Amino acid sequence: MDRKAGGVFWLAVAWLVLVAALAVSAAWWPLPAPDQIDWVRLTAKPGDGGHLLGTDSLGRDIAARLLFGARVSLFVGFLAPCIGLLAGGLLGILAGFYRGTFDALIVVIIDTLLALPRLVLLLVVAFVFGSSLFSLTLSLGIVIAPSVARIVRALTIRIAEREFILAARAAGASDAAIILREILPNVLMPMLVYMLVITALVIVAEGSLGFLGLSVASPMPSWGGMIAEGRDVLAEHPHVSMIPAAVMFLTVLAVNLLGDRMRGWLDVRESQL
Amino acid sequence: MVDRLSVHLPCGESIVRAVDEVSFTLERGQTLALVGESGCGKSMLCRAIMGLVPGRALLPAPGRIVFAGQDLGALEAGERAGLCGGRIGMVLQDPLSALNPVMKIGRQIAEPMRHHLGMTRVQARQRSIELLRAVGIAQAATRIDCYPHQLSGGMRQRVVIAIALACEPQLLIADEPTTALDVTVQAEILDLLADLQQERSMAMILVSHNLGVVAGRAHETAVMYAGRIVEQAPTGELFARMRMRYTRALFDAIPRLDDPAQATLTAIDGQSPDLAALPDGCSFAPRCAHAEARCTGEAPTLVSDGHARHRHACWFPCAVGPTA
Amino acid sequence: MRFVGGKFLHLIVVILAVTVLTFAMLDLLPTSAAYAVAGANASAHDIAAIQEDLGLGDPALVRYGKWLAGVLRGDLGVSLVSGQPVAQAVASHLPATVELVVLAQLFTLLIAVPVGLFSAWRVDSRFDRFCSALGFGLTSIPSFALAMVLVYFLALKLKWFPAVGYAPLSAGIWPNLKSLFLPAVSLALVEWVILMRVLRSELIATLQEDFILLARAKGLPAWKILLQHALRPSLFGALTVFGLQVGNLIGGAVIVEQLFALPGIGRLLLAGIFAQDFTMVQGCVLLIAVAYVAVNFLVDVGYGLLDPRVRCGGVVRG
Repeated sequence: MDRKAGGVFWLAVAWLVLVAALAVSAAWWPLPAPDQIDWVRLTAKPGDGGHLLGTDSLGRDIAARLLFGARVSLFVGFLAPCIGLLAGGLLGILAGFYRGTFDALIVVIIDTLLALPRLVLLLVVAFVFGSSLFSLTLSLGIVIAPSVARIVRALTIRIAEREFILAARAAGASDAAIILREILPNVLMPMLVYMLVITALVIVAEGSLGFLGLSVASPMPSWGGMIAEGRDVLAEHPHVSMIPAAVMFLTVLAVNLLGDRMRGWLDVRESQL
Repeated sequence: MVDRLSVHLPCGESIVRAVDEVSFTLERGQTLALVGESGCGKSMLCRAIMGLVPGRALLPAPGRIVFAGQDLGALEAGERAGLCGGRIGMVLQDPLSALNPVMKIGRQIAEPMRHHLGMTRVQARQRSIELLRAVGIAQAATRIDCYPHQLSGGMRQRVVIAIALACEPQLLIADEPTTALDVTVQAEILDLLADLQQERSMAMILVSHNLGVVAGRAHETAVMYAGRIVEQAPTGELFARMRMRYTRALFDAIPRLDDPAQATLTAIDGQSPDLAALPDGCSFAPRCAHAEARCTGEAPTLVSDGHARHRHACWFPCAVGPTA
Repeated sequence: MRFVGGKFLHLIVVILAVTVLTFAMLDLLPTSAAYAVAGANASAHDIAAIQEDLGLGDPALVRYGKWLAGVLRGDLGVSLVSGQPVAQAVASHLPATVELVVLAQLFTLLIAVPVGLFSAWRVDSRFDRFCSALGFGLTSIPSFALAMVLVYFLALKLKWFPAVGYAPLSAGIWPNLKSLFLPAVSLALVEWVILMRVLRSELIATLQEDFILLARAKGLPAWKILLQHALRPSLFGALTVFGLQVGNLIGGAVIVEQLFALPGIGRLLLAGIFAQDFTMVQGCVLLIAVAYVAVNFLVDVGYGLLDPRVRCGGVVRG
């Protein structure tokens, strides 16, 4: 996108703030509980019988489920990239800094893990770890780690060849000091920008798992699961699927817009160096 | 004939006057040399004649290019494209990048013939082999199936020349054809171009930044500075009686064999001016050792002096006399 | 052909590592395969017998060796749930996946190449900006949500295509294509964006080259310059992306296969996961990984076809 995206940018920020605020305050709103069933109004239209966004095929309030589902998406979308960055970043820096056998081993592991489509890897890892919210986050983090490690390793190798590393070494700095003071700051900035891209991917990935019925166990709502649950009544009651789909799309779009903008800033910063 | 041709490139807020009211006439069988520093507008002028200026460039009125009686600007885009490559051929500066790396050279030579002359594949191939021979490539029949990276720089430039000649053009534009080549090959290529031009009685525009290159090969020489022609004369006349201090400076910049070994090369002080913000008056004035008040206040126009075909744009030209 | 040889060695190493990984991942699972076979209320004696039967008593390395030897003979073991040979199940699910991949990538190319060419030819034109923005939006839609929207409008409202189900080729080419159209389009609508972006940026770089200027100086029309001169040298990045996409769709199209009930590899894998069918999961994962690595190997070889300089052992363009 280009410079004139200023207005769009603030809209994206506003949307994410709104979603986050609603997710945090989900329990305090005068809405039915997300798993409370309204037997009288199954697949109610938005606004019908006090259900702001209607109900799903089990008569559960869509608005309430969206708010609680947002908790899952945002929790996972924030924590999983952190885990991925931490694990992948650590391995990438060590491999890129020390090279040798350790590096070769890491590269083979990265190549192997990346030789599976991400979703397949995610399925298998989630299969191994189970489907509580924490193990789900862990699985997503593990799936992200190899891509992060590959990028960080490449960055580290490039940085380690620069003069200031040589200078630091000549000045008698220890390996740990060089990694922490010289390499980490230089790797961190690009990775933080990359993080928003990962967040968008993770939210989609969680939605995919939810859609396949492998995300957090029901009754806890997840956006992907909500979309999947609406599939059977899609012809008559499209809003059951389309409302969560729209919310998810807007959220992912907003994260992508922020990520794109931040990448633009970083590019400018780097080109000025 | 090129008449008051300008090429303006909008660049942010300002407008770069890459070519500024340039006029010249070139007869069949004649060679015109365009000489000047890098960035003086030579290449842009060539491209304007070919109709290959960048999309955002403007060609303000009343600039015209008249080729064989036709005003090129008035032609439809399709007709114009029919002239390029057909009746006007072009040789680019760097043969290493001018050929498509993933296409056999035979096809690259045959392309314009198939497009403009409607030749069949077999005819075009036959003719391509003849052309390769004509530009001095041995074993043309096998070399035709080579990829560009299998040929040396000099050979590639010969291929580019063969492409330009493919449709028997009446005008050949050679934009610094030897700049990117080894010194040893430069003379060969220039002689080849001169021979071909004589043989086929084409008109040729030979662009160079080196006065020495054009000395024996062009009938007429035009010196360009900051988008304008500042001096133009038959080549012999120009060398005999340089009027412009800029021309003199270019001339002095040619290294010579009879220079003592330790002699420093003469360079022209300063840089080419910013074409987006040309000074008032003579654009060479800031770098001219002889500039006076009038030079910075009022732009000199191209005027003829005693010799009918010698024109220059300077208020205080060098004294007439043999080269010092 | 030393270039190809080196790549081939890499291929072997990665595939070997993949077999170790798949084996280890599932062999080290907390729930033993024997329990999965015997069911929840099996006696300890049953479990021991099944463990003996499956050779689960051996050390891991021995079991890996046995398993690998079987794999090399084309024996992927037997499904723990249905008793069907895994290789047979995989083979019967392969056609739907292959067809889906071919069709989806065909649509991807049909959209990405013309859009990429036109956007690069007129950079920053209204068309270019529209396509960039559209692509940005499309990549933000989760594939399943996009597929649902397509199903709603094209299948349920307009009834142009079936909403679910797969008609095999044997049922006739037309029903077959109709059943695959929506799944393929829902994949292609996201994939073209990535391919187009890479192609566009490479084309923009190529169009700055001198040989394009020379082609224009030859007086060739725009479409010839784009298709015959600019396209081929600009395909390197796009080819890589294309390979990654094909590799990804073998198994990675799980969601679309599930949503449209296509009997493909991804769906077989998913069913295996739900049924805790370890050998089935193992077999699918292995096939998916090998296919992915093999496709990327073919892409590397494909560079040679695009660029004569690579073919002759010269420079390789990064």
